[in-house]
Amino acid sequence: MKKILIVLLFLLFGTYANADCNIKSGSINILANDFPALRTLVETAKECKGSADFKVTHSAEHNKIAVPALTANPSEFSVRVAANSSIVPLMNADLIRPMNDLVKKYGKGIQDSQLITIDGKVMAVAFMANTQHLYVRTDVLKENGIAIPKTYEEVVAAAEKIRAAGKMKYPYAAAYKAGWNLAEEFVNMYIGHGGEFFKAGTAEPNVNNAKGVATLNMLKKLADLSNPDYLTHDSEAIKVEWEAGNVAIMTLWASRSGTLLDDEGDAKITAATKLVAPATVGGGNIPAATLWWDGFTLAKNRSDADAEASFRAMAHAASSKEMVAKASDQAVWLVEGFVPGPKSVGVIEAVKMGAKPYPMLPQMGLMHGALGSEIVEFLQGNESAEQALKDVEAAYMTKAKEQGFL
Amino acid sequence: MPNRSFFWFFLPAGLAMILFIGLPIISTGIQSFYAQHDQVLVKVKKCDPFGCKESVVVDQEATSKIRDEKPLGKFNGFGTYVDRNHLAVEQVSEFWNESKSTGEFISKVGNLPFYKALVFTLTYCVIVTPCVLLLGFIIALSLNAISRKIRGPLIFGTILPMIVTPLVGSLVLFWMIDAEGIIGANLQILMNDPYLSVKSSKTLTWITIIIYGVWHHSPFAFVVFYAALQTVPQEPLEASIIDGASRFQRVKHIVLPHIYPVVTFVALISLMDNFRVFEPIIGFSAEGSAQSLSWLIYDNLVNEEVILFGSAAATSIMTIIGISIILAPVLIRTWREFRTNR
Repeated sequence: MKKILIVLLFLLFGTYANADCNIKSGSINILANDFPALRTLVETAKECKGSADFKVTHSAEHNKIAVPALTANPSEFSVRVAANSSIVPLMNADLIRPMNDLVKKYGKGIQDSQLITIDGKVMAVAFMANTQHLYVRTDVLKENGIAIPKTYEEVVAAAEKIRAAGKMKYPYAAAYKAGWNLAEEFVNMYIGHGGEFFKAGTAEPNVNNAKGVATLNMLKKLADLSNPDYLTHDSEAIKVEWEAGNVAIMTLWASRSGTLLDDEGDAKITAATKLVAPATVGGGNIPAATLWWDGFTLAKNRSDADAEASFRAMAHAASSKEMVAKASDQAVWLVEGFVPGPKSVGVIEAVKMGAKPYPMLPQMGLMHGALGSEIVEFLQGNESAEQALKDVEAAYMTKAKEQGFL
Repeated sequence: MPNRSFFWFFLPAGLAMILFIGLPIISTGIQSFYAQHDQVLVKVKKCDPFGCKESVVVDQEATSKIRDEKPLGKFNGFGTYVDRNHLAVEQVSEFWNESKSTGEFISKVGNLPFYKALVFTLTYCVIVTPCVLLLGFIIALSLNAISRKIRGPLIFGTILPMIVTPLVGSLVLFWMIDAEGIIGANLQILMNDPYLSVKSSKTLTWITIIIYGVWHHSPFAFVVFYAALQTVPQEPLEASIIDGASRFQRVKHIVLPHIYPVVTFVALISLMDNFRVFEPIIGFSAEGSAQSLSWLIYDNLVNEEVILFGSAAATSIMTIIGISIILAPVLIRTWREFRTNR
């Protein structure tokens, strides 16, 4: 009897949980990056798939797959989970569809602030925010009598002091891997210096200036305090360095804190790890960091039925109060009902300090690419800062001409 | 074999080659002459969780109209070939006029992406190919002289580098040369420099990749040479021993001339392979210090958020031309020998 009751209750609640979606047809296929928060989101979306076909691809190589996969007609994926930068190539090639109707019809729980709109057309629904900020080892700082750094100048001074004390050989870490990661660090630092990447209202590059040189010099100072292999280190690699206790101050994505602070690894290091605000640089008052959102977009080359099924499942997740309550330490959710925990400090401080979002311009991807390969030689000491920035502009202009931006 | 039966034997392979190699190359060639249409940008109001602001996006209606009219893009002729990211004709002539010395000119040209990649590719080719030939030949000779009992396991051990997937092989070495890996850390102690990093030094990275290349390719040369050594006739060898020829003389005057065609073959294949060096650069995360032509193509296709088809196509075509130029002397020679033999 008791068993039957439990089964009955289970069925009742089971159907209740799915009742708000009740998707009858269509197929859902999601392409997303691979980190814990996105896995949670996709799992939540799956809860309400109803009788729709449900598939998901989590891949760190998502950027390389997205454009070709969505260009096909019908496209491989019906949903692409994108961020400020990765939505741009999709919009440039007209691969995602506006979803105003769907938002009106099924987007009850979605807050207005979650909508990414272009002239009123909803192109994406954001569900989490991200940024790069400082992580510090409170025990090491305390031992050496150093206050928590607020500017990159203080970071340099602190790291030099720790090195001089013989405590650590390479006290600072950031993802400086040549290519996308290194370019991202430049973007952060350049914005921190108050730089603009393009001449106002044009696609002409504008990085070869005093702010650009200051940015490069700061990156070089920090690189000299990092593991000498820094040009091969991505976010995952510096996370490992941190967990091995080799690093005292680090610039890392907020979204990586979940796996950094889990039960695996040295408990002493985990306990002493503190997430703090992003640093400013060069006397500026906005942080040398960019704000990012992660959201979902719907493929254009897919049937309306699939788009509808996909939207309903994703909207369920992007408005799920249960999910944000359960996974409150995995991300800074933009969903209603999110109560920020200690791991959200970085993003919240960044917003408070007036951090700028990553520039969502059609030609920004080309600039990012040019930065990633052309500033390497400066960091290796083979080139002057001015020459490196000149190369960046030249490489960008060539690519921009080929792409028809100039 | 009569030409007729040769034709029928060759037909299936030939068709597959045309379909899967010939046509894509032609399509790549056509693509390389086109660039993207001029982007039509419109001002819009963009809102996201962090606020609203004026911005620009690509005007899809206008763009799709232009695209429907000319789906290939804007005809660019050799524009992509001569731009800064490829042959950089303009920049090179500018450097020539500006530079005071040849050294300055060379260093300036070497800073351009295409030439930078070309220099590495050629260096790799020129060093790795002879080393592979020599090492493969020495291993084959020594294994051929060893007692038959232990030859089997030794041969297996020797071809192991070829069996290991290139990426795995390079990753193993990559971890060994890490600042905290066995080679990296010992080098630091040996050189008494705690900031020495094999991965961040350009020269050391090049050396690592070249050593890896020799390690990975030698087994191929070895296998082919070893097979060829089995066909060396015994009579002249025995006769030369009676005549008192030393081991070196025997190799030089009997073995080498006999397997000469095979040496040409291995040299050809190695040159072709080495000119397309790519995996070790990815495996070693060496993009910062070493770029090859193949890597440039890869970079244009996947590393940018915007895919540069025209650029990648132009580099591909130039790589094909490069391989043909390198192979030309060997091919001409083979062709001449073939004619005289007939």
